[in-house]
Amino acid sequence: MQAVDAAVLVAAAVSDSNILGKHRLMSDTKPVVEVTGLRKTYVMGKTEVHALQGVDMTIRQGELVAIMGTSGSGKSTMMNIIGGLDYPSSGTYLLDGIEVNKLGKNELADIRNQKIGFVFQGFNLLARTSAVENVELPLLYDRTHKIKNHRQAAIDSLELVGLGDRTDHHPNELSGGQQQRVAIARALVTNPSLILADEPTGNLDSRTTVEVMQLFQELNKKGITIILVTHEDEVSRYAKRIVVLRDGRIIRDETQVPDSASDDIAKLILKQKREMETAPVSAE
Amino acid sequence: MRATRLIKVALKSIVKNKMRTLLTMLGIIIGVGAVIVMVAIGEGAQSQIAAQIQNLGTNMLVITPGSSNAGGVSQGSGSFNRLKDTDADKIMAESAYVAGVSPVIFTRTQIVGGTGNWRSTIHGVTIDYPVIRNWELTSGRFFDASEQRTGKKVLVLGATIAENLFPNDDPVGQRVLVRNVPVEVIGVLAKKGQTPEGNDQDDVALAPYLTVQRRLSNFTFIRQILANTYSSNDIEKAQVELKAIMREAHGLAAWEPDDFEIKNQDQLSEAAQGTTEVMTMLLAAIASISLLVGGIGIMNIMLVSVTERTREIGIRMAIGARGSDVLTQFLIESIVMSIFGGALGVAIGIGGARILASFTGWSTAVSPEIIFIALAFSAAVGIFFGFYPARKAASLNPIDALRFE
Ligand SMILES: Nc1ncnc2c1ncn2[C@@H]1O[C@H](COP(=O)(O)OP(=O)(O)O)[C@@H](O)[C@H]1O
Ligand SMILES: [Mg+2]
Repeated sequence: MQAVDAAVLVAAAVSDSNILGKHRLMSDTKPVVEVTGLRKTYVMGKTEVHALQGVDMTIRQGELVAIMGTSGSGKSTMMNIIGGLDYPSSGTYLLDGIEVNKLGKNELADIRNQKIGFVFQGFNLLARTSAVENVELPLLYDRTHKIKNHRQAAIDSLELVGLGDRTDHHPNELSGGQQQRVAIARALVTNPSLILADEPTGNLDSRTTVEVMQLFQELNKKGITIILVTHEDEVSRYAKRIVVLRDGRIIRDETQVPDSASDDIAKLILKQKREMETAPVSAE
Repeated sequence: MRATRLIKVALKSIVKNKMRTLLTMLGIIIGVGAVIVMVAIGEGAQSQIAAQIQNLGTNMLVITPGSSNAGGVSQGSGSFNRLKDTDADKIMAESAYVAGVSPVIFTRTQIVGGTGNWRSTIHGVTIDYPVIRNWELTSGRFFDASEQRTGKKVLVLGATIAENLFPNDDPVGQRVLVRNVPVEVIGVLAKKGQTPEGNDQDDVALAPYLTVQRRLSNFTFIRQILANTYSSNDIEKAQVELKAIMREAHGLAAWEPDDFEIKNQDQLSEAAQGTTEVMTMLLAAIASISLLVGGIGIMNIMLVSVTERTREIGIRMAIGARGSDVLTQFLIESIVMSIFGGALGVAIGIGGARILASFTGWSTAVSPEIIFIALAFSAAVGIFFGFYPARKAASLNPIDALRFE
């Protein structure tokens, strides 16, 4: 199935055909994430914090899910468990049918490497390291050696996010939006089953936010499953499904017709153009 | 495959943080440099000693009165003088390998003549002596067999005596007084330099041993018997043979230990080098402490570096690095830095030894072995002191590491 994912990515990179996922009912595709009865309790001295109190959720291939909730509602805790960075206190978590909560530390590291691509709020790129080297990084820890030419895979991935001409730039030479694109390219390079983004637009201005969401929508159209955590409606309106957490429980879970980020960008450009045209007149 | 990539990652990180790298390596550089210089001085001294011992003579064997063990208690070397001139005669008559033999007796005395007087040592020897010692003459001649037999009052002066008593003219043919006995100077020896102990070998005069025994001194102890073999291949065989001859000459029963010692030049230089070796080891040990301090420096800076790079470690773990990958990366970094620091230290040590040699006139020597040992030791320091910080890095929790500011 990894081979299929790879084929999809490569095909998508070559031509921009998006046959996949466009008019498909999500209930048809296979589940990527299945959590049942998920609980997480942090023990701090004598007090216990119940960050997750029994979460059931299934996310299928090709979904674009926004997980929302107020601060402290358990979003990050959930992302950490789904991302294989942390273990639940109880409950089961299946990723591609693998019972992740039963894996050892090394296997968990391999799962993160093979099946999950992380995108962080703070980009988390290595400083003093070029974009292409940052994107290559996950392949260093790929024990399956499924990708032979690391450099080429990294370049392909950067092209996919529209940064084919910035491969040798260092993070401090790139704008916030571009840095986040590099991070997304890094998340994509191992052809993961799932992209996990925790507040990916938290450090970006509104225009760049829409651009990054456009990229997520494009990638999603190519069949990539994406879960993103956000507390902004400006972001969640581009998702196909919204899951709302409160006090460690799901209080709402519904699908929606997403807004098109590319339409919004077109509108923004049009607006900007008009302002440019009217500006000299008003100046006189 | 991944190992080479991890080495690359470590190298990149080393190159990217030049200042940190330099600071980390400084201790190792100084430590290895110090060890190299110290050992270079020690080894230089040793090779100088070896050269001096070789300069003593050619294919030479030295027989000295041995320490006699009475009831297991050593009486000390030479506590009984058991060498006789008949021993020398017997060796000459019976040995198949020995080319020449000379008993040596010493007398310390005043030599009066020329421009004044000079306190020196007269050695009573045989005509074989200049051959055994490989000692040439710059003027005049050595005494001959008949002069030896009759104990004629002739003297061959060492270069130091000749320079001091006869600074302006040739001493050959002149008369000097030894304990009020007039003696004729018949030759002057070439310069030979110092012994390993720092004695001037040229502050000596040679006379037939009969002359010294009967006419110039009342002490007649034979302090040593020198012999030389025809060829360097014969030395060990000659040693065995001489031992048998000497035991027979001294009438020793089978159960009695030797009352003499026979040493060849290699054994002499080993003995002379013994103390220098101890010195070298002491110097190296002191210098090693700085290497240890250098290792602690590596650990210190690696620990700081792990804290500084907590976020980097978190990122690497999030994208799939196992704990062992992080451990390997940091361990490689510390090993590479310590080996590289060691190499720089070797270079600086060699340069330092040269400079020291040119300033002090000491001879120094840097052997390939010590370079290898220094590098291996540096690598060991890197592993040992890099392990704790690397393990600390590897045991970080990725969630906490990612949150680290
Ligand atoms: N490492 C931790 N130790 C203790 N409590 C924690 C820890 N991480 C999160 N929490 C607590 O768990 C709850 C959920 O936190 P989190 O998942 O970070 O929420 P969100 O990301 O939605 O803001 C909060 O009350 C938070 O204080
Ligand atoms: Mg959070």
